[in-house]
Amino acid sequence: MTAPLLDISELHLGVAVGRSVNRPLLKGVSFQIMPGEAYGLVGESGSGKSVTTLAVMGLLKKPLAVSGGEILFKGQNLLELPKREMRRLRGNRIAMIFQEPMTALNPLSTIGRQIAEMFVLHQGKSWDEAQKLAVEALASVRVPNPDRRARNYPHQMSGGLRQRVMIAMALACNPDLLIADEPTTALDVTVQAEVLRLIKELCAERGTAVLFISHDLGVIASICQRVGVMYAGCLVEENETSALFATPRHEYTRGLLGALPRFGSRSLHGRKRLVDIDSIIADRSKLTETRFIASRSAEEGGQP
Amino acid sequence: MLRFTLRRVLQIIPTVVVVALLIFVIFSVVPGTFAASLFADGRRAADPQMIARLNEEFGLNKPLMERFVTYVTDLAQFDLGTSFRTRQPVIDLINDRMWASLQLAIAAMVFALVISVPLGFVAALRPGSVLDTVTMIGAVSGLSMPQFWLGLLMMYLFALQLNWLPSFGYGDGSFRNLILPAVTLGVTPLALLARTTRAGVLDVLNADFIRTAHSKGMSEAKVVRWHVARNALVLIVTTVGLQFGSLIGQAVVIEKLFAWPGIGSLLVDSVASRDIPVVQGTILVIVLWFLVINTAVDLIYAAIDPRIKQE
Amino acid sequence: MRLGFNFWLGAGLTTLVILAGILAPWIAPFDPVLDADLMNSELPPDSTFWFGTDGQGRDVYTRILYGAQISLTVGIVSQVINSIIGVTLGMTAGYWGGWWDDLVNGFTNVMLAIPPLIFALAVMAVLGPGLPSLLIALGLTNWSWTCRIARSSTLSLKSLGYVQAAQTLGYGDLRIMFTQILPNMMGPILVMATLGMGSAVLSEAALSFLGLGIQPPFPSWGSMLTDARQLIQLAPWVAIFPGLAIFLSVLGFNLLGDGLRDSLDPHMRTRTP
Repeated sequence: MTAPLLDISELHLGVAVGRSVNRPLLKGVSFQIMPGEAYGLVGESGSGKSVTTLAVMGLLKKPLAVSGGEILFKGQNLLELPKREMRRLRGNRIAMIFQEPMTALNPLSTIGRQIAEMFVLHQGKSWDEAQKLAVEALASVRVPNPDRRARNYPHQMSGGLRQRVMIAMALACNPDLLIADEPTTALDVTVQAEVLRLIKELCAERGTAVLFISHDLGVIASICQRVGVMYAGCLVEENETSALFATPRHEYTRGLLGALPRFGSRSLHGRKRLVDIDSIIADRSKLTETRFIASRSAEEGGQP
Repeated sequence: MLRFTLRRVLQIIPTVVVVALLIFVIFSVVPGTFAASLFADGRRAADPQMIARLNEEFGLNKPLMERFVTYVTDLAQFDLGTSFRTRQPVIDLINDRMWASLQLAIAAMVFALVISVPLGFVAALRPGSVLDTVTMIGAVSGLSMPQFWLGLLMMYLFALQLNWLPSFGYGDGSFRNLILPAVTLGVTPLALLARTTRAGVLDVLNADFIRTAHSKGMSEAKVVRWHVARNALVLIVTTVGLQFGSLIGQAVVIEKLFAWPGIGSLLVDSVASRDIPVVQGTILVIVLWFLVINTAVDLIYAAIDPRIKQE
Repeated sequence: MRLGFNFWLGAGLTTLVILAGILAPWIAPFDPVLDADLMNSELPPDSTFWFGTDGQGRDVYTRILYGAQISLTVGIVSQVINSIIGVTLGMTAGYWGGWWDDLVNGFTNVMLAIPPLIFALAVMAVLGPGLPSLLIALGLTNWSWTCRIARSSTLSLKSLGYVQAAQTLGYGDLRIMFTQILPNMMGPILVMATLGMGSAVLSEAALSFLGLGIQPPFPSWGSMLTDARQLIQLAPWVAIFPGLAIFLSVLGFNLLGDGLRDSLDPHMRTRTP
């Protein structure tokens, strides 16, 4: 069996007030991502998806702090890594795309320069060389006229283009893991599909593993091989995407799936109604007591 | 960029015209009294003959409209009128003192910038630290302090007690004479700029693109140099422009305190002696100066921020 | 509304100045003008003359207490005038729009181009020195920012449901402005007025220092400093205490204004000078 690329075990995280952690946000989250695998994390807002990714990146801000557990990346515990080492990994081996392409780019800097920074930081290139590589990176995410676009400022581009720029930037150094935090949520539906396909194809080509965060099950289904469902700081169910959709075992997952509109689905009594998640779940307070984590079979991992 | 520059420069003209009109109106609401008050020093009664002669000489008894037309046509030829007191052209009086004022204002601004911007930056990068707290207490104190009082105390300490610097005057125009007035004048912009810089940098640090920069694996120093600095600069530049206005106003008091031969002290002396043409001319020049600086600031702003050129 | 330490410090300082001004006739040990005695001139602070005496033998402490009256009058009256002008122009411009809005906007921009102290000087030059001229000069000086804030608040309030509801109910323009819009922008206007009081006190001191404001022998903090220039080497206390009084009262107004602003809207911080 291959070793996992990212192995998060028993991650506890909370809002630190003084010395003791006061409000827990993650209560012992564990999951693994294999090299080249696309792993999806779903859950409602506030369930702890985003803080998990920030913990992996080492970008948690002041009141938030990890209080227990391990984040192993290629066998190295990221939580114990010195700052310098972590910086060397960040962007280089683990890269990230954010939700809001409109504000995630510096408005006063050309996008060529912002991509070029990656090559200067991690590959020690000169600015001239880096600039040329940035144009290539733009071409690789299928931005038309990459030469001219590299000299543009973010405000001169549409949301979809900006997100492509973010992808080009994130994949610039061929990272082992790409974290995508709701990368399509802020985009138009048509643009969403394009951006998703781009992420999927580019990562498959380069063998980059993806940790994909979304509240949208449809998006997850189209891109991920394995899915974890988060609720209130716990990973309540995990399985292969197809298995999870076919036989959801956890009450909350069933609730999520019931809230998803499906084209042409019918029940015995004619058209199936779209249900409110709370009408399925009887008692929210008991949700985190049961967990269904399906184990991986031996031949899994890697691109299908 | 050229068209933008041209447009911004041309925009000064209507403002100056309206200001000129405003000044004319203000000084015309009490017609005829200036000549009288010019001689009413309280010791002897005003001589009606003298008043009449002055009114005649300066055309003060002509109808308002006619005076306004004369005023505007003269202005268009850069003729600011003649002083009641010295009978010299106002423009000459101002020319003689312009350089001293410019020197003072620029020195004060440079002093303020050199200290405030780094201070505001460091304070913002370490919010809640001792340096941050001290800077912010210093800033609010600096904004609340009457500058001329501070100048008075510094004059007392550095000139009269320690004898390090000349206490007042232009001297031979040496740097030593400039230090005390410039530092005094620089205190308010210093305090305000330290505050704006801190607020601006804090704003930028919370922006999404700073998180992006961190996610690229950039060190704190590079994040600040590559991404924070320019964005914060936009705010700083705006404040510098606005500050110049009140700087010129405050300079009036400081010039008077340190007997600095600039247009500020010319204005105060003319107000005291009711030499209206000089007052009008000086104010107009000060406003023009302020507008020119503001336009320059706008142009710098446009050079820093690519979003401006678009519209 | 959470008010921080700064606000309460500001409130304390302001209260102190107000109490000094109101109670001056009862707590001041001497008369600020008449108790001049050249035999007692330039005495250092002691148990009789707490802050020493000035060049004419008057008690500096007494004169500072009375000076508070002038500073407060100037601060409050000028800001009331400023707020009335600014709110009236800004609110009507924002509400009616059109040519009136353009006119007000243009005029505001012109006013912003004239440094406040210079404009006050010009008005003083026309009206001559004295308290009434000071009140008019400073009352006409600082309304541009208030006007801008009133205009932009009106613009954003105008589009809100309840204002439009009032319009459909057939309320008159003036009634809508005064009952629906004005109460909802009192916060920022109050902040501007409080901060404006600080700068009015500073301007008054500066003008009086230049000999163009309050005339001697009346005890304005600014004019007390005019004499101090000659006396500073012999009697530094003549310079120190009036300046301290200006500093602390302006600090009070500024902290009060900043505190109010932060509690009203944390995003509005230090945007307007």
